Amino acid sequence: MAYAEDAEHQALHEPRSYWTRYIWSQDHKVIAIQYSLTAIVAGLVALVLSALMRMQIGFPGSLEFVDAEAYYQFMTMHGMIMVIYLLTALFLGGFGNYLIPLMVGARDMVFPYVNMLSYWTYLLSVIILLASFFVPGGPTGAGWTLYPPQAISQGTPGTDWGIVLMLVSLLVFIVAATMGGLNYVTTVLQARTHGMTLLRMPLTVWGIFSATILALLAFPALFVSGIMMLFDKVLGTSFFMPAMISMGQQLDHEGGSPILFQHLFWFFGHPEVYIVALPAFGLVSDIISVHARKNIFGYRMMVWAIIAIAVLSFVVWAHHMYVSGMNPYFGFFFATSTLIIAVPTALKVYNWVLTLWRGDVHLTVPMLFALAFILTFVTGGLTGLFLGNVIVDIPLSDTYFVVAHFHMVMGVAPILVVFGAIYHWYPKITGRMLNDTIGKLHFWITFIGTYLIYFPMHYLGFLGMPRRYYDYEGIAFIPQSAHDLNAFITVMALTVGLAQLLFVFNMFYSAFKGRPAEANPWHATSLEWLTPQTPPAHGNWGPSLPVVHRWAYDYSVPGWEQDYVPQTEPLRPGETEHTGIASDSSPLDSTDSSIAEGKP
Amino acid sequence: MATPTASSTVTPTGNTSLTVRAWRELNSDWGSDKEAFKNVPWGKAMMWIFLLSDTFIFSCFLIGYMTVRMTSTDPWPLTSDVFALEIAGQHIPLILIAIMTFILITSSGTMAMAVNYGYRGDRKKTAALMLTTAILGASFVGMQAFEWTKLIEEGVRPWGNPMGAAQFGACFFMITGFHGLHVSIGVLYLSIVAFKVWRGDYESKSMESKGMESKSAAPTDGRNYQIVEITGLYWHFVDLVWVFIFAFFYLW
Repeated sequence: MAYAEDAEHQALHEPRSYWTRYIWSQDHKVIAIQYSLTAIVAGLVALVLSALMRMQIGFPGSLEFVDAEAYYQFMTMHGMIMVIYLLTALFLGGFGNYLIPLMVGARDMVFPYVNMLSYWTYLLSVIILLASFFVPGGPTGAGWTLYPPQAISQGTPGTDWGIVLMLVSLLVFIVAATMGGLNYVTTVLQARTHGMTLLRMPLTVWGIFSATILALLAFPALFVSGIMMLFDKVLGTSFFMPAMISMGQQLDHEGGSPILFQHLFWFFGHPEVYIVALPAFGLVSDIISVHARKNIFGYRMMVWAIIAIAVLSFVVWAHHMYVSGMNPYFGFFFATSTLIIAVPTALKVYNWVLTLWRGDVHLTVPMLFALAFILTFVTGGLTGLFLGNVIVDIPLSDTYFVVAHFHMVMGVAPILVVFGAIYHWYPKITGRMLNDTIGKLHFWITFIGTYLIYFPMHYLGFLGMPRRYYDYEGIAFIPQSAHDLNAFITVMALTVGLAQLLFVFNMFYSAFKGRPAEANPWHATSLEWLTPQTPPAHGNWGPSLPVVHRWAYDYSVPGWEQDYVPQTEPLRPGETEHTGIASDSSPLDSTDSSIAEGKP
Repeated sequence: MATPTASSTVTPTGNTSLTVRAWRELNSDWGSDKEAFKNVPWGKAMMWIFLLSDTFIFSCFLIGYMTVRMTSTDPWPLTSDVFALEIAGQHIPLILIAIMTFILITSSGTMAMAVNYGYRGDRKKTAALMLTTAILGASFVGMQAFEWTKLIEEGVRPWGNPMGAAQFGACFFMITGFHGLHVSIGVLYLSIVAFKVWRGDYESKSMESKGMESKSAAPTDGRNYQIVEITGLYWHFVDLVWVFIFAFFYLW
């Protein structure tokens, strides 16, 4: 008997009181909501920090408390929070937790207690990180990449307490991510329901699953470099510290390798990009398929592309280090592997577009965000081709072109998916619909606004405007037009920042006053929409687990009275199952015979 | 129950080559519903994945150590001298490390025997062998404490040492410390499981309902000693890591 089958009859940890139900909960759905809300709060802090930074860039000196030190501290915290504490936590801890068990037909994660510990450990790491705002010297201002030697040398803001808290917080976060990640991977591998084969899983699960494996294999490098740097700082070891003179004084370090830190950091850092991107790819594939009422084009290709990207993401890390002084031959290798990774990525973009082609596109709010994702991702991806080549990267490397590139590709694009996914799954999570009008307003301001923020930055980068600077006054080669453009960008950034209040308001308002949702408001096929209750009750499925008979993309299948066929619907006599291979994946073209014969 | 089969069923046509068929079958086995690894309990799968992740941690430690050993400007201390003991007037290099390695590898042997007796359903022998493993592990940690004390008395510190490159002490304390932590956690883990085995927790039928039932191992009269094997996986891993540390740090 399979263990998954065993679990069907398993008596679960039944919550007994308010506290075990909502606070110390072991239910994956509650943990997901806890994870998401914590991540969103942290993200709002980072959003405010970015607004403060933009004020300094656009209107220098307008906020007195944003001096050079504060600027670097805000920049560091903004980057670290957005990448790790918001996006990673939200995609894996939030969406992963909520959707994996529901989409594969499990009652819960395989080890609910470890899952609960994961959340509380994550919360601890967020608290440690935010505590650094309140210690003497404030948070670290080392830049989000925390490069030594400057990260732990005198002269960098927050060098006494801030950097220590940052490193400890990261180590704690990694422990949390590992506990959660082990659960997600084991659940996907070992706890699927009857008939849920690997190639019937929705792409969301594939994306989150692959991203989690990346996290489990990439975070160790950050963990180790964090420990080493902590020792350099606290014990005075010299892992990353060469002999150097700082502020006129010979330091007590010698013989360490700063480049080692960069290698370790980016061995984590590049897969981290895909830890954020792969779940976004998965979620957006499902959103597009549902709202275009059409199967995802080339399902199997999409799965293999995810796997290829995941594997390749481990051999591209040094493209972040072209100007670090490493061996130039490395640049040749890493530029090549970087361009190769564009192939499966481009394949995914083509498949999204082909999914839309001749589809019955419903411009709902989640769909708008999904379409916007494709655009921003392509924009950001194309500039990636510039930066992936050594010869082009070197002049652009420390300019605003890079800021524009990574904000477009791994800031805006995944965040748009986050919004789209929240609008899409909110009805299942709360049992109420989000308000459409506010949603559309939020979408248009955010979407157009982000282009107005980041598009001009490409131009600033070509002008040679360096990034990471606190103040650009009096730099001769930066023309007045660039300063005016900066002011414009700041105004746009503040507008988009404020627009996010619409979203926060919508989330809370609709949770209480929203229109009650049906069980399956988007007429989707995947399992999470087929739960007996909405929101799903503890244990998800009632007395017995669902039985899966088909893939998750049977939309607009000819011969069926409705335009979607849930995964639990058995094949009709004579109906052949979609294998997910692109050549047979367009039901709109197969107008006839074999499927229609099955119709009674 | 009418469970549908894997989507990629093999269609035996005459002209598909054996390799293609083999790949397809592998694909459909792996991709079939419910479980990728058949009859593997959740805890065991999770332990394997954790160990994979932990492998990356130790690899990063060792690669980091090798890098700073190359970049450090002072000469690297001679490990055969540093880790030598004077026993009965004889100067024996690496003797303590050799004994520690022997003990740890022996403990892997007792652990393997514990797994064997567990699947045979021999409660007392399993518990006794696990306890032996734990004691061997504890003595390893004890000797490591002795080694640390000796080096600290000789002036080795994380930030410097009288023998040469400062990174020597830093890497030594960091890597052996992290490994020692793993061994200590293992000793604790082994003791707890040994105690539960001895108490008879894994004899009862009730474990079946927790997804722990085994089909592969011998008598399945309700007994379930999978946890012994899972503990063993962790222990063997810690042992294997030590072999690499021994080779790369002490012998090189």
